[in-house]
Amino acid sequence: MSILVNKNTRLMVQGITGKEGSFHASACLEYGTNIVAGVTPGKGGTEFEGVPVFNTVKQAVMATGPNVSLIFVPPPFAADAIMESAEAEIPLIICITEGIPVMDMVNVKRFMEGKKSRLIGPNCPGIITPDECKIGIMPGFIHKKGRIGVISRSGTLTYEAVWQLTKAGLGQSTCIGIGGDPVNGSNFIDLLGMFEKDNDTDAVVMIGEIGGDAEERAAEYIKSDFSKPVVGFIAGITAPPGRRMGHAGAIISGGKGTASEKMAAMEKAGIYVVRNPALIGQTVVEALKR
Amino acid sequence: MNIHEFQAKRLFAQYNIPVPDGKAVYSAEEAAQYAKEVTTDVAVVKAQIHAGGRGKAGGVKLAKDKKDIAVYAKELLGKTLVTHQTGPEGRCVRKLLIEEGIAIAKELYLSLLIDRTYSRPVFITSLEGGMEIEEVAEKTPEKVIKEYIDPSVGFQQFNGRNMAFRLGLAPEIIKQFIAMAGNLYRLLTEKGASLIEINPLVITKDNRLIALDAKMSFDDNALYRNEDIKALRDLDEEEELEIEASKHGLNYIKLNGNIGCMVNGAGLAMATMDVIKLAGSEPANFLDVGGGASKETVKQAFQILLADKNVKGVFVNIFGGIVRCERIAGGIIEAAKEVEIKVPLVVRLAGTNAVEGLEMLRESGLNLEVASDMWEGAQKVVKLVMGSV
Repeated sequence: MSILVNKNTRLMVQGITGKEGSFHASACLEYGTNIVAGVTPGKGGTEFEGVPVFNTVKQAVMATGPNVSLIFVPPPFAADAIMESAEAEIPLIICITEGIPVMDMVNVKRFMEGKKSRLIGPNCPGIITPDECKIGIMPGFIHKKGRIGVISRSGTLTYEAVWQLTKAGLGQSTCIGIGGDPVNGSNFIDLLGMFEKDNDTDAVVMIGEIGGDAEERAAEYIKSDFSKPVVGFIAGITAPPGRRMGHAGAIISGGKGTASEKMAAMEKAGIYVVRNPALIGQTVVEALKR
Repeated sequence: MNIHEFQAKRLFAQYNIPVPDGKAVYSAEEAAQYAKEVTTDVAVVKAQIHAGGRGKAGGVKLAKDKKDIAVYAKELLGKTLVTHQTGPEGRCVRKLLIEEGIAIAKELYLSLLIDRTYSRPVFITSLEGGMEIEEVAEKTPEKVIKEYIDPSVGFQQFNGRNMAFRLGLAPEIIKQFIAMAGNLYRLLTEKGASLIEINPLVITKDNRLIALDAKMSFDDNALYRNEDIKALRDLDEEEELEIEASKHGLNYIKLNGNIGCMVNGAGLAMATMDVIKLAGSEPANFLDVGGGASKETVKQAFQILLADKNVKGVFVNIFGGIVRCERIAGGIIEAAKEVEIKVPLVVRLAGTNAVEGLEMLRESGLNLEVASDMWEGAQKVVKLVMGSV
């Protein structure tokens, strides 16, 4: 088993004919992901590598019944694309786009209140359930099917952690990038809850970074409601305050959101906190032995 | 992006948010000229830098005589101000804001920002004006009033009343307060700001509500929508190397250590800085070469890293996903032909085509060391740098 996506996932790609969209849709197809539809306004009626392309999400839904949408639409139009999928009641929407204005995301989240869709991202690498389905921009070959869940705010640092797990002989149930923006769809807690219920996940790796309080809140949740071992890392112990470290959400502001605060909260919650990011895999091995 | 107080106050004026009469000046002569126009007995001379804590650092002067305006202007211009937000190197003062004096009866605090936890705009207000709000929140959380705004309808009058009555404002102030809050909300959403802070917001002795200070930050991702805001960027307030890096689409932040880092991805770039510290040194920078790193970007990245005279060694840490490692290796080999790399270089490549990339580097005959993981790489570069000191 796994969470969110599996071999039965029927994927729709919004922005499938664009530069990014076409490149990554190809890679997803190659991995074996079942892409049932693409959406590009104005390109309806054409095909992309055998996948039918539609002008609107509504048309794609009526014709092909997708249950997940993957979004590669450029920042000025990405909020609109997310809302289009939410309005069409696609259960899971994954937005890769980096650079969406934060107020757009505020409006998107308000729009999604009470709707049936869950959003992952934006500004994230996507989701993968190894050997079943890859929905995003991560390199597939570093993953291995297994029993460790991964949740991360980062992209390449997630690959780093996954690669360490794979090298240590530990496969992954599902790996999810929740994204590096200050306002995003799903948070650590939403996904931890799913991993708690997933019988095929034995432990979770949680990768956070400076900025906000998502890790602190997750630590509170883990302390009271999460029974499986969690290994955590927070990037940015050396980051200066007041500077945005690449990700829009990675900033220590007003002295809040530091790595050491987050690590302390996580340690207090019984999480195995890794200080050296090269030791994530090894720490999971040790945590599983206890 | 941050802007200066005087720029924020111009935007305030556009949005009918009352500010003191004043003028931005760039020289003592201009200051003397403006002094003639000042109608109040006292005036304030304020250093304009992108950092808080100016008052405590001596960057705000009260001129009790108009002649003092030019004197203070002369004293402040060109001076390096060190506040708790500038770091020890401080910031050079190049602009001043001269404002007419205000007879203050009471100081308040008011800000509007995007609350990331609740994904909504939120007003924060308090009667403890002039103090840092973080400090007030820590010591006396009951004195901090928050009002969340529903973005689907925007600011409503009741939002304003909720704050004004809890603050216990006088009837003649309440109306002004609600109007101001509504205007601030319009400003935030129309101009793509992520933070507006007024500290202090003052009630004058003649019962007017005026923004005595103004701080604004903008969402970089929304700048494309407002050319007028984009034009407010002040390159004087930024590091030269950071400006250069941004021209090439590189995300670079200069730090104070001596190990230069070149990494793809923001999270991994931070983690790489962190392992350098664990290995016993300090990173010289944050540098994310991004997802589409080409030979050209790698070359530019080396040029920027090596332009920092503190850099005594370089650690390249790439996890190939979209970026294929052999392209990075090719970039390093090309760069080494054009940029003289005199400091020790350690390269770690993992992910897509890492084996091919490492092979290319070995065959190139370049003077560099390879590492099989990031910890080994960090230890190697730190050891090489320590050894060469």
